[in-house]
Amino acid sequence: MTIQATATLISFAGIALMVGIFLFVLARSGDEAAYDTVQPRAYSLRKQLFFILLAGFFIVPALTLRHLPYSPDGVESTVVDVTAHQWRWEISQTDFTAGESVLFRVGSADVNHGFAIYDDTNRVLAQVQAMPGYVNEIAFKFDDPGTYRIMCLEYCGLVHHGMLAALSVTDARETL
Amino acid sequence: MAAPTSIQDPRRPEAWVWVYFATVGIVVALMMVFGLVMRLGQAGLIELPLTWFYQLMTMHGVGMVGISGVGGAAILYHFLSQHVELSRKIFIANFVLFLIGAVLLLGPSLLGSYAGAWTFLYPLPQNSGGQWAPSAAAIHLTGLALVGVGFLLFHLDNARAILARYGSLGNALGWPQLFGNSSEEPPPASVVAGTMVLIVNILGLVSGASIIVLSIVGILNPSFEIDALLAKNMIYMFGHVFINATIYMSVTAVYELLPLYTGRPWKVNKVFLAAWNISTIFVVIVYPHHLLMDFAQPTWLHVLGQVISYGSGFPVLVVTAFGALTLIHRSGIRWTAASGFLVLSMFGWSAGVIPAVVDGTIAANQVMHNTQWVPGHFHFYLVLGLVSMFFGFALHYSRGTGDSAADRVALWTYAIAGLGFTCAFLAAGAQSVPRRWAIHLEEWHGIALVGSVFGALVVVATLLLVVRIAVRARSVA
Repeated sequence: MTIQATATLISFAGIALMVGIFLFVLARSGDEAAYDTVQPRAYSLRKQLFFILLAGFFIVPALTLRHLPYSPDGVESTVVDVTAHQWRWEISQTDFTAGESVLFRVGSADVNHGFAIYDDTNRVLAQVQAMPGYVNEIAFKFDDPGTYRIMCLEYCGLVHHGMLAALSVTDARETL
Repeated sequence: MAAPTSIQDPRRPEAWVWVYFATVGIVVALMMVFGLVMRLGQAGLIELPLTWFYQLMTMHGVGMVGISGVGGAAILYHFLSQHVELSRKIFIANFVLFLIGAVLLLGPSLLGSYAGAWTFLYPLPQNSGGQWAPSAAAIHLTGLALVGVGFLLFHLDNARAILARYGSLGNALGWPQLFGNSSEEPPPASVVAGTMVLIVNILGLVSGASIIVLSIVGILNPSFEIDALLAKNMIYMFGHVFINATIYMSVTAVYELLPLYTGRPWKVNKVFLAAWNISTIFVVIVYPHHLLMDFAQPTWLHVLGQVISYGSGFPVLVVTAFGALTLIHRSGIRWTAASGFLVLSMFGWSAGVIPAVVDGTIAANQVMHNTQWVPGHFHFYLVLGLVSMFFGFALHYSRGTGDSAADRVALWTYAIAGLGFTCAFLAAGAQSVPRRWAIHLEEWHGIALVGSVFGALVVVATLLLVVRIAVRARSVA
């Protein structure tokens, strides 16, 4: 399951749960009961919810912070320099082989841009900001052959939507 | 207390609160139309000139954020002035500065092609690639500074009034009751909220004013360079705090009005005070979650951004939403469009936090950042949460002869269409559709069309409500 699918499933399930909770309370709102019978049960439920959220506050970061994208993983990589311009990408190498690990060193010649790697189904695989005065390094491994697209994911002016580039990844066996 | 048979609320808003709200109605409706036009463009149904898409986007963003502050300030002023002596002159000054600022904010986009987005990320305003003149950016940022100064005055006056009545900000945040054994009544909910907001917003506005001034200096003297990462930190600190504060100001309407409809009191207890105190700190330090894809930042800041995201809004949200549901449950609540919108606002805020927290997780942000997932989550907060609070407040005080079928139809249309509209953004984000693109790939047109249809219904419901409130508010005022 992709990260997008997992995020969507969690979010829409959560939203649906909230819809259900609110509709339930709305449906029961006319069935009057004394507040001093409702309140203690609600407060007890709130205490349980608080502990669930507190547990989540520690458990979820523990599960999700194990693999951060910020440091290159030490794997020997092809180093590729990327400079963003209004409104084009300057990329030192655009042809790769499947399985190749690449370290993109991303900067900008003018304003903020977003360097996003899309697969051939137009799904984001990874991204990093391109910023003047800084070089952001992002490690990426091209698992499958095909055409990958680069799109800009930080608003940079008039042709933001037109800042596209392509990377070609060939099967390692074809290059032998 | 039994369920009320009629709603008695002697706290009539003063004329200037209605002036604020008249402006809110006009600007929200107009900015929604701008948003709908953009969505139709993304769906490929209309062909917008490129420059106009991004100019509309800039006006929509800055207009909505600014007017959210105006609506929040009006609600907070109304309820806070029941407990402390606020200055009407400062309240009027904030409004006048907002109007002057709005002209300077929108003028450069309407007349000078300015399209730097509401986030004015340095150095885009001064480096447009030839789309607009640097002077247009300077005028826009001057307008932003004026709006900020107005809000700064407003919060400083709140601070003065609260200090005069409670002696210290700690007392107004309920510290004697929270940390001591004070047997005195804790401060009312509106005072606690107003105190929290003035603390966070003064910090946020100072950060914003500083980077705005630096940016203007950079425009006037291009040899003056600002560190782009520092600028981004200062901008997001200001932007995040300001837009969050709009909800924290407006939620006082829920605290003060929902008890009238349910016949049950909203008690300020230790849990309530603890939640607001924790959120006071968290809201200020959570903004690094906007910079998770800026790899040059220290990793500990990214981790902080994620971890604090999980705790930032939750304390107040859980206490407020849970409190509201407890108040409603089996209460015999008197259902009107006003109480309906107040309850809808609680849903919008509670459900909107879920995709927000997901996006605040680094592993998800790596593929969700700056896709339409982001406008999905904040439109959830703003359309269903914040604007619903505005409608709840305005309908309550303009009720006059009461509800009509049209009000209820508008409420349900707004609720269902608002949910569809925001979920279309989320679904587009899940498909990796980028945000802030004027022209979309053809395979993305379908989801934009769905969003447009729901968006159009939201606009229709909003226009209907704004007109009805305006007519009734005149007779009430």
